[in-house]
Parts: sequence; structure tokens; C-alpha cells
Amino acid sequence: MSVPFYVSPEQIMRDKADFARKGIARGRSVVVMQYEGGIVFVAENPSRALHKISELYDRIGFAAVGKYNEFESLRVAGVRLADMRGYSYDRTDVTGRSLANAYAQTLGTIFTETSKPFEVEIVVAEVGVEPADDQLYRLMFDGSVADERGYVAMGGSADPISAGLAEAWHEGLSLEECVRIAVRLLGEHGDEHPRELTATQLEVAVLDRARPRRTFQRLSNGRLSELLG
Amino acid sequence: MTSTPGLPDAYRLTGTSSFVEFMSALHPERLRVAAAEGQSSGHLAPHGTTIVALRTAGGVVMAGDRRATMGNLIAQHDIEKVFVADEHSVIGIAGTAGLAVELVRLFQVELEHYEKIEGMPLSLDGKANRLASMLRGNLGLAIQGLAVVPLFAGFDLARQAGRIFSYDVTGGRYEEHDFYAVGSGSTFARGSLKKLFRRGASADDGVQAALEALYDAADDDSATGGPDMNRGIYPVVAVADAEGARILDDAEVGARVQAMMAGRAVHPDGPRASVEDDA
Repeated sequence: MSVPFYVSPEQIMRDKADFARKGIARGRSVVVMQYEGGIVFVAENPSRALHKISELYDRIGFAAVGKYNEFESLRVAGVRLADMRGYSYDRTDVTGRSLANAYAQTLGTIFTETSKPFEVEIVVAEVGVEPADDQLYRLMFDGSVADERGYVAMGGSADPISAGLAEAWHEGLSLEECVRIAVRLLGEHGDEHPRELTATQLEVAVLDRARPRRTFQRLSNGRLSELLG
Repeated sequence: MTSTPGLPDAYRLTGTSSFVEFMSALHPERLRVAAAEGQSSGHLAPHGTTIVALRTAGGVVMAGDRRATMGNLIAQHDIEKVFVADEHSVIGIAGTAGLAVELVRLFQVELEHYEKIEGMPLSLDGKANRLASMLRGNLGLAIQGLAVVPLFAGFDLARQAGRIFSYDVTGGRYEEHDFYAVGSGSTFARGSLKKLFRRGASADDGVQAALEALYDAADDDSATGGPDMNRGIYPVVAVADAEGARILDDAEVGARVQAMMAGRAVHPDGPRASVEDDA
């Protein structure tokens, strides 16, 4: 009988993390930004049916990059948890923090306990009554959470896009300004050569602070073309 | 509630897009209503009374009075029994108030849950069928006297028309073509609507007919409440059309009720239908 090789836990974790990172880096990026009237999600996604952005609850949205089947299962679980809580207690008792927490625990468990980690990164965003109450949680494949301010970029070209956002974003931007910045950065960094992204290649949605109850709204191609000018 | 704050594995499985099925499988205790075997308990809880609905040129109008009764007592003066179910549909309920309001709450979550998971809303027929199967689950309670009778209406985006669905306690679902009413005063309301309903009427005329029908129901049925001018309690009126479903605000309904009352001061029995064929 052969003796199995000893592999240190550090090595195993490093390998898993590298594996997950590579998987995530293959995909197109998603940008989530605060604007004066709420939070906007912008994804490069030519598919009309397979969403990267969706509604979790009244004031809470979800965006993901990576393997579709993996983040889709997390999205469905989040909708179920949110609706179960909202029905059992009250609609105001469903918070972005509790959902982010649930995702963090789940991703952490999957990362440590299974041989193949999830190749996903997620943002859970909650729009507040005032811009100061807005919350952006970024969740990594290993369950680590970051509480972000203002903007988040995830996916293949997250780093250069984040650098671009750091320069361009400031408080009080309009929806139009935010969408233009996001689309410009996604086009500049998504491929080898800069491209001009059009409405049909994009999936854009907002959590509109002013809407009563369900704040999540997808922007139609028409509205998006208008914003892009 | 699960002990860990994470998501239970079962939540991540692909499976149903129905909230009711999901809850029945994983949290049945949160849906269950305890029932006392073999006893009639209908007298123990307040009952909601009359709901009317009718089709208009652009959609549907639904209205409900504000009274809940318990035997000979008025349990509540300002109960709301007509609700927006989702973006394009409305629901009204008569019967045991507690169960009825809970059924509406569950139905609203059911529609929204499906829409979020599937990324698109159910068809109007799909919604009507879901409501039927949810009612069927309440049959045991209905036999004990705790019946809930909803009236469902909405704007069908595929047909571009308003549609109305009525139900019986066993979950039987029936499409109504012009108008319908449920609850204790429904006989009188339906009689009134029969005379006032005009096919292709405007939403304004539809709201007027609904208010008149509720007044006629309250006139002859003690369990249906008429408008309470002193307290400013008016029927809840909902409209569903191509633009969506909404509850009309109190000021608007109040003004219409006052106009109606002024008319009734002259003709206490309300507007008169002609015996001639006015077509």
C-alpha cells in the first residue's frame, strides 16, 4: 500500500483559493455603485435570461460573478431565507446584514469542508432611507466579508476597474453619471482591447430609494440607451 | 429558525419556485393553523363581509366595505379586505377575518417569491390557480365554520383585459365574465351590479357602480357596513389596469362617496336603471 503524500493545510487552502480566484477571473465584471437616488448595479452580460443581478427583498439586491450554477443556487437560497423571515416576522426585519452573514457562513463552510470551493464573488446591497444608511457587502469565495463604501467591482478585471472607480466616484453622483462611469470602465478593461459597450450587452438594475416597498428595478434597453446617450 | 446563521443546504437545492411548497417542506410549523377537531368555531372569530368586483374597459375595479362582525356585534369598523396582490392583480376576501388576512399575506409572498426566483411573474391564470390550491388547504377549517372566500381580479397582460375569478371553499375556481360579489351582502350587491353594470364602461363609472353596489348591500345586510361619513371611513377601492394595480386614496373615494350620498338624499334607492333596452 502506498503512503499518501502529506500536504500541509496551508497548501490545501492556498490551492483552493488559487483555484477559486482563477475561476472568478475568467468571467466578466460587475460594478455596484451608490448614486444620489439609490444603488445601481451594472454587469456586462449579453444574456437576457441568465441574470447576474437580481432582487432579494424590498430594499436588498444581489450581484454575482463566477460560475452561474453556483451563484444561482446562493441567490435562490437568499430569496427563500428573506421571504421566510419576512413572512414569519415582518418585512422590516429582513436586513442586508443578516443575508450577508448567512452567505458568509455558507461560503465559509463550503470553502473549508468541500474539496471544490465555489468560484463566486457576491455583493449584497441594501438601500437605506438616506444615502448614509446604504450598505454594500462584498463576499469572497472563502466566506470573508468586506463592508464597502461607495462602490464595488468584482470579476475578471476587478482591480483596474476599482482603481478607475476610486478616481471617478464621489458622493452625490447622478444615476446617469454612475452608469456612464461603470460602462466606460467595464469597456476599457473587460477585454484585451477597449470596447464600446452598448445597451444590449449590459444588464443594469437599481435599488431606487424613492420607490415604496419593492425598490428593485431593472432598466430596459430603451432607458439604458437614453442614459448612455 | 435554524441555529446557525448560514443557509441550510435544502435552501440551495433547485426545486420549487413556490413559497408555500417550500415552507410546507421545511417549516410546516410556520404555516399551520391549529384546529379543534369536530367543533364548529365560526362564532369565535370576526367575519369580513362584502366584496364586489367588475370589469371595465381598461381593466377591473374591486371594492370592499369596512365592517367585520362577530355574531350580532360589530367587531371592527375599519377593517381592510381589499388588497393589492402584486403589480397587476388585486384580491378581496370575505369570511373569517384572521385567516383571510393571513391567506392574503401568504398569497402576496407566494406571487412575489415566484417572480423573484423565476425572474418573471406568473400568468394571471397561474396566480388564480395558485390561490385555488392554497384555499384547498383550508378546507378542514372551512368545514368547522372558519371559511375564507376570496375574490381575485387582475389585468391579464397576455390578453390585455381585466379578468375576475371567484372561488368556493373547496378551492373551486370560476371565471366571472362581467361582475361578481362575495360575502354576506353579496346577494344585494350582485342585484345592484346587475342593473348598474355596463360593458366597456370607464374606470370612473366602474368605481361608481362598485360604491353604489356596496351601499345597496349595506342597506339590506346588517353585516355590511355603509360609508361612515362622521369617521371618514369609506370603502377600500382597488383598480387594476395596464398601468398596474393600486388602491385609490381615501380623499378620492371620500369625494365620490359624498357625491353618491348627495344623490341618495334625493333617490334613497340609488340610480335607476331604465326598463327600456338602452343598447
